[in-house]
Amino acid sequence: MSHTVLQVDQLVKRFGGLVATDHCNLEIRAGEVHALIGPNGAGKTTLLAQLSGELAADSGRILFEGRDITRLPIHKRVAAGIVRSFQITTLLPRLTVRENLALAVQARTGHSFDFLGTVADESDLDQGADEAARRVGLSDVMEQIVGTLSHGRQRALELGMALACKPRLLLLDEPMAGTDPEESKRMGELIHSLRKDHTLILVEHDMDAVFRLADRISVLVAGRVIATGSPDEIRNNPQVIAAYLGDDETQSAEPIQ
Amino acid sequence: MLSRFGPGRKIETPLLIGLPGPWTAIGVALLLAIYPLVMSAIGEDFFIIVGSRILIFALAASALNLALGYGGMISLGHAAFLGTGAYAVAILAKYGIVAAWVALPVAVLAAALAACLIGAVSLRTRGVYFIMITLAFAQLFYYLAISLPEFGGDDGLPISARSVIPGLPLDGDLGFYYFVLFIAGLAFVLLYRLVASRFGRALVAIRENERRMAAIGYPIYRLKLMAFTLSGGLAGLAGALLANLSMGVTPHTLTWHQSGILMVMVIIGGSGYFWGGITGAAIFLLLEETISAHTEHWNLILGALLLFIVLVAPDGVMSLRERVLKLLRGGGPPAPEAIPAGEEKTR
Amino acid sequence: MLYLFIEQALNGLQYGLMLFLLAAGLTLVFGIMDLINLAHGSLYMIGAFLAAAFYQWLGSFFPALLLAIIATALIGVILERILYRRLQGMSHLSQVLATFALILIANETIKIIFGAQPLMIGMPESLSGPIELVPDELYYPAYRMLIIGVGLAVALGLYLLVNRTRIGMWMRAGASNPQMAAVMGVRIKPLFTFVFALGAALCALAGALLGPLLAVSVGMGESILIPAFEVIVIGGIGSMRGALVGALLVGMIDTLGRLALTFGLKLVVDSATAATLGPTLASMMVSLLMVCVLFFRPQGLFPARG
Repeated sequence: MSHTVLQVDQLVKRFGGLVATDHCNLEIRAGEVHALIGPNGAGKTTLLAQLSGELAADSGRILFEGRDITRLPIHKRVAAGIVRSFQITTLLPRLTVRENLALAVQARTGHSFDFLGTVADESDLDQGADEAARRVGLSDVMEQIVGTLSHGRQRALELGMALACKPRLLLLDEPMAGTDPEESKRMGELIHSLRKDHTLILVEHDMDAVFRLADRISVLVAGRVIATGSPDEIRNNPQVIAAYLGDDETQSAEPIQ
Repeated sequence: MLSRFGPGRKIETPLLIGLPGPWTAIGVALLLAIYPLVMSAIGEDFFIIVGSRILIFALAASALNLALGYGGMISLGHAAFLGTGAYAVAILAKYGIVAAWVALPVAVLAAALAACLIGAVSLRTRGVYFIMITLAFAQLFYYLAISLPEFGGDDGLPISARSVIPGLPLDGDLGFYYFVLFIAGLAFVLLYRLVASRFGRALVAIRENERRMAAIGYPIYRLKLMAFTLSGGLAGLAGALLANLSMGVTPHTLTWHQSGILMVMVIIGGSGYFWGGITGAAIFLLLEETISAHTEHWNLILGALLLFIVLVAPDGVMSLRERVLKLLRGGGPPAPEAIPAGEEKTR
Repeated sequence: MLYLFIEQALNGLQYGLMLFLLAAGLTLVFGIMDLINLAHGSLYMIGAFLAAAFYQWLGSFFPALLLAIIATALIGVILERILYRRLQGMSHLSQVLATFALILIANETIKIIFGAQPLMIGMPESLSGPIELVPDELYYPAYRMLIIGVGLAVALGLYLLVNRTRIGMWMRAGASNPQMAAVMGVRIKPLFTFVFALGAALCALAGALLGPLLAVSVGMGESILIPAFEVIVIGGIGSMRGALVGALLVGMIDTLGRLALTFGLKLVVDSATAATLGPTLASMMVSLLMVCVLFFRPQGLFPARG
């Protein structure tokens, strides 16, 4: 049994009267692919944003490797090893693939306030960029402008950006969003290959992919985790089935039955 | 030279668009150095003063360009920093401190401090709110200046003598021109290093997509504040030179009209291009000089020109090079669209 | 002392209501069209100059006022059609620059047509005297009373327009979510034209009403633009109620702050210094209030959108 990497403890986030995260508890183990599923509006994206630091929780705690990170700003969480990717591709579209990746590497090296020292040698950035590109299969388009790439390759770069930060915990927000079946399959293989060195939290609507890839699954309904377990356990959990069937989201419910 | 992310690249992306090569820079420096000698030889001594003025505003506009063009921070309050630098020199002179090596650094530090404080508050807002809050802060400085009779109030504060460097004749127009050229030259070298460094790259990338840059671990707020502070400090340096050129300072230097003019200079030249502020200031002041000689309605022409630029060529003169290259290239690799001011609309 | 205070409070109310006339149009244009319009003050200047011109022609105040309002509203419509509509989708920077250009053009055009000398508008004869508010103790100029009355009436009218009419409903929908409003079938383009014309008319009203009190001069638009901006940021961009509350707040702080600061400063410095320092410190207080609001309540006191 591997140790706990991330622990979410009684986390609460309100938007006006709406409770988007409602005393949520979650435990992520080292080296697992942990999927977060739930009907639309269950608060998956809100939870993810609180883990990455984009949103501040109202109460509760987030522990990363035993350290309380609830109040840390995003960049300190990235430095600690938590990096997210976006559901809607969020890249620097007018820059090349290499530049995008090198910027991610540069963030990690921490020389961004180095405005006078001559940076004669940028091979560290180049190497980091090459490595990340190889990982996500973009080595052939390093010098191309990102905006000209296909959607599938942009999705790959979205993941590559996160990888170039050398994360220990990756938060993937619908990495398959908008990809065609072929691209989706490749993304699945990629995610599968990452589990060796990373812990992953995966938010995904493609239930086939979720049940294929995940080691464990947590089901989020109305801001709470109502069940956590292996894909088989979740598939047969009466509470989960009720939650999904009670909801109009029949298409999400189908793969469960 | 920087390796510029990868060997043998041909595509210019926003990260290094418009960065001058060393030969261009040396050429421009040489031209600027012989300019007053030529003017003097053809008996147009007046244009030496115009030259000093252009250099000073080129520095001020380039300072704003760092925040606005590179950082995407639409500051409508840079007159405050220009004015802070100018007032610093004038106030020091009032108390008998005229040594340039004291006055200029004090001016820069005062303006940088002002920018740091204003930036620290303003950068917590975005979009139109940032524009308005910088405007309001600059207005505060203006009110302060006109309300303090010790510093001249409405009339401003004249200085009796220019800043002094022992052994150098700064009183004459020629000597002063070279002094300005030297100081501004140093500042441009610094600016070049800034925008070509990792810091500059991060700044441009934040302008391009702030959310992405935050997600990969950049401390956005600190980086922007640093850029804003540096920008303010350089504007203060320009202000210090300006007070020396005009032998004093008036509250007009602090008006939002002045902030608007600096912005216009950046836009005419091309925001986010290294030569943008310099080109813009030169075009603006030379046009003003020539047109004002023929008509008193320069502002009307400026207004029309500005509308034309916004509606037809929103990226300024420096973007024309890319446009021409793009045309020449024809079906070549898709060149990046010309640099926008890089701005996230609030909605 | 009390009467001085009341008089100044009335002056504050009057200034605040005039600011409201400007801020109402500005906040609607800002909120509904997502457009930062630096040239709003120019419409105020144009309105004042037109009123002065019509006054010289007709020799009578109220017809001149009416004509100025109509003419300025027409100018507003034309500007919206040929310029603002195109600016709408552009970046805020482009909007700032284009409307800055408009200020330069407006100022210079006015200078060419009317010359650089300030113009005067004569007060209507019947209102030139004072009104006795408290017998023998407190007099207040009748004309200023009229301004307060008109201001309150317009505020009420705008309230009814925004909250009780169909077009007002569209305006509120547009301010809270323009895309959604368009989807819901609000005909957004005519609405923009209407909002712009309304804003211009309100500018002209304020400019013409203030004409007899201030000199009608080039540059009057810029000096009032900053307080008007401060009003809408304090009140919350797009909110009519916010504009009213913000305007009254700014009017009162500016006027009463002047009084209080000048008095207070006289205890510390000589009275000449106090007389110059007081007003500017009051203006600074308004700017500081805006900065504080932006810092602690960035959406303003009465946010238009949730």
